[in-house]
Amino acid sequence: MADLINVIAVGILLGGIYALVSVGLNLIFGVIRIVNFAQGEFVMLGMYGTYAGYTYLHLDPYLTLIVVLPCLFVVGAVVQRLILAPLRTEPAMQIFATFGLLMLLENVVLAATGGAAYSVTSRVAQISVDLAGVQVGLVRLIALAAATLVTVALGVFLRYSMLGRAIRAVAQDRSAARLMGVNVDRIYMLTFGIGTMLAGFAGCLLAPIYSLSPQIGTSFILPAFAVVVLGGLGSVPGAYVGGFIVGLTEAFAGYYLDPALKHAVLFGVFIAVLIIRPSGLFGQIGAEEVGLRES
Amino acid sequence: MTNPVPALLSVENVTAGYGDATVLFDAAFEVHTGEIVAIVGANGAGKTTLLSTIVGLVAARAGRIMFRGRDITKRPAHLLPSDGLALVPEGGRLFPFMTVEENLTLGAYSPASRQGLVARRDEMMQMFPILHERRQQPAGTLSGGERQMCAIARALMCRPTLLMLDEPSVGLSPLMVERVFEIIEGLARREGLTIVMVEQNVTEALEVADRGYILDHGHIVRGGDAAMLRRDRDIQETYMGL
Repeated sequence: MADLINVIAVGILLGGIYALVSVGLNLIFGVIRIVNFAQGEFVMLGMYGTYAGYTYLHLDPYLTLIVVLPCLFVVGAVVQRLILAPLRTEPAMQIFATFGLLMLLENVVLAATGGAAYSVTSRVAQISVDLAGVQVGLVRLIALAAATLVTVALGVFLRYSMLGRAIRAVAQDRSAARLMGVNVDRIYMLTFGIGTMLAGFAGCLLAPIYSLSPQIGTSFILPAFAVVVLGGLGSVPGAYVGGFIVGLTEAFAGYYLDPALKHAVLFGVFIAVLIIRPSGLFGQIGAEEVGLRES
Repeated sequence: MTNPVPALLSVENVTAGYGDATVLFDAAFEVHTGEIVAIVGANGAGKTTLLSTIVGLVAARAGRIMFRGRDITKRPAHLLPSDGLALVPEGGRLFPFMTVEENLTLGAYSPASRQGLVARRDEMMQMFPILHERRQQPAGTLSGGERQMCAIARALMCRPTLLMLDEPSVGLSPLMVERVFEIIEGLARREGLTIVMVEQNVTEALEVADRGYILDHGHIVRGGDAAMLRRDRDIQETYMGL
C-alpha cells in the first residue's frame, strides 16, 4: 500500500513536470500547426538562463523568472519571424527547421559550456514535505503548482480575452480570422513567443530539480510529444491531464514492470492512442484536421 | 455620361489567380451606395476569387480596387473590417468550436467596432432570434441556415458600409434560400447597407438585386439592370435553364 501511494506520488510529480513542458508545445501546435521539435531546447535555454541569473546576478532561481520569461518570449517571437514565417507555405519544411534549431541550440550550448554539467540550488531545494507518509521535495511541489497555475491562467486568457479569442480563431480557421480583422502573422509571432516563454518558465522551475546539460531538452521533448498526443492536440487542459497520464504510466511501468521498459510502455500507449483516437483524450474530434483546411 | 456620384466600390480591370493559373481577367464593375449588386455565374467562373481579391486574401496581379475613394488594392485583409468592408465567406466559415456568441464577438474584433460590442451583439440576436436561442452552442453544431445567419450576423458586428456575400444560398433548402435572400433584401432596404453577392442561383439572385453582372470563365461578360438581365433571352437560356 505504501508502495502504491509512493508510485502514485512519483507519477503525479513527474506528471506536473511533463504538463509544464507540454502546455507551450501544445499551444504552438494547436494554433500554428507546427510540431516544434525545438521546444525542449527552449526549456534548456530557460534552465541555462536561470543558471546565468543565479550565478552572475546572484538571484534565487525562482526570481530569475523576471529576466528569463521576457527573454524567452523575444527568442520565440524572433525565431518565428525569421525562421518559420518565411516557410509558412511549406509546413513540412517548418518542422525540419525546428529540428535544425534543436541541433543548433544544443550544439551551441555544448560548445559554450564545454559539456560541463551545471547545477542550481534554491533555498527551498533542501526542504521536503511529508504528504501522507511520502517525502516530497518542495521544488517538485512548486513545479506541480506552477503547472496547474499556468494551465488555468492560459485557459482563462484564451477563453475570455479578445486576444485569446483571436488566437483560438486563428487555430480554427485562419482565413475567417483574417476576415474578422485579426492580423494572423502577428498572432503567429505572439503565440510562438508565448509557447517559448512557457518553455522558459518550465526551464526555470526545473533548474533546481535536474542538473543542467545541453542534451536535457531532448529528454523532455519525447515525453512531451506523448503528452500532447494523449491529451489532445491543441488542447491546453489536455496537455495538463496528459502530463499526469504520462507521468503515472511511467511511474507504474517503472515500478511494477521494469524501469528499463517505462518508455517502451509509454510509447506503446502513445501509438495505441494515435490509432484509436487521433484527436487525443481531450481534443475536439476533427480538430487535428480543421486547422489545415486553408493552405 | 458619367455618374457624378463616385462609386462606393469600383473594381478596375483586375486580374488575379493562383500560382500559374489566372482565374480572373480584367474584371471591372462598380457598386453604388444603397444598391444590391449580384455577380452571377457558373461554378468555377471565378466568383470567389473576385471577392477574395477585393478583400485582399488573394493578391491582384493587375488593376485597381477603390473603396470609399481610397485605393485598397494592396491593403491587408485584416484592415478592411475597420474600413467598413465585410465579407461573408462561402459556407459561413464560422469558428466551429466556439459558441455562437463568441463567433459574434469576434466579428467586432477590429478596434473601431469593440466599443458597443455587447449592444451590437444583442441587436444581432434580436434580428436573428434563433442565434439568441443557440448562443451557447458551438457554431459547428448549427444547421446550414442557422450557420448562414450566424455568419451574416458576425459580419455585421463590425457595422460595415458594404457587405459582400459569397454564395449565401449554397447548400440550403429551397425554403431557407428564400429566407436568406429575404434577409439580404431587408438589410439593404431597411438598414441601408450596400450589398454585393456572388451567386450561382442566378434567377433568385437577379430577383433580389438592383443590378447584376455576369461572370463567365473569369470575364465579366454582361452587366446592367437586374430586371433587364432577367428578361434577356440569352441569359435565360445560358444561366437560368429556361
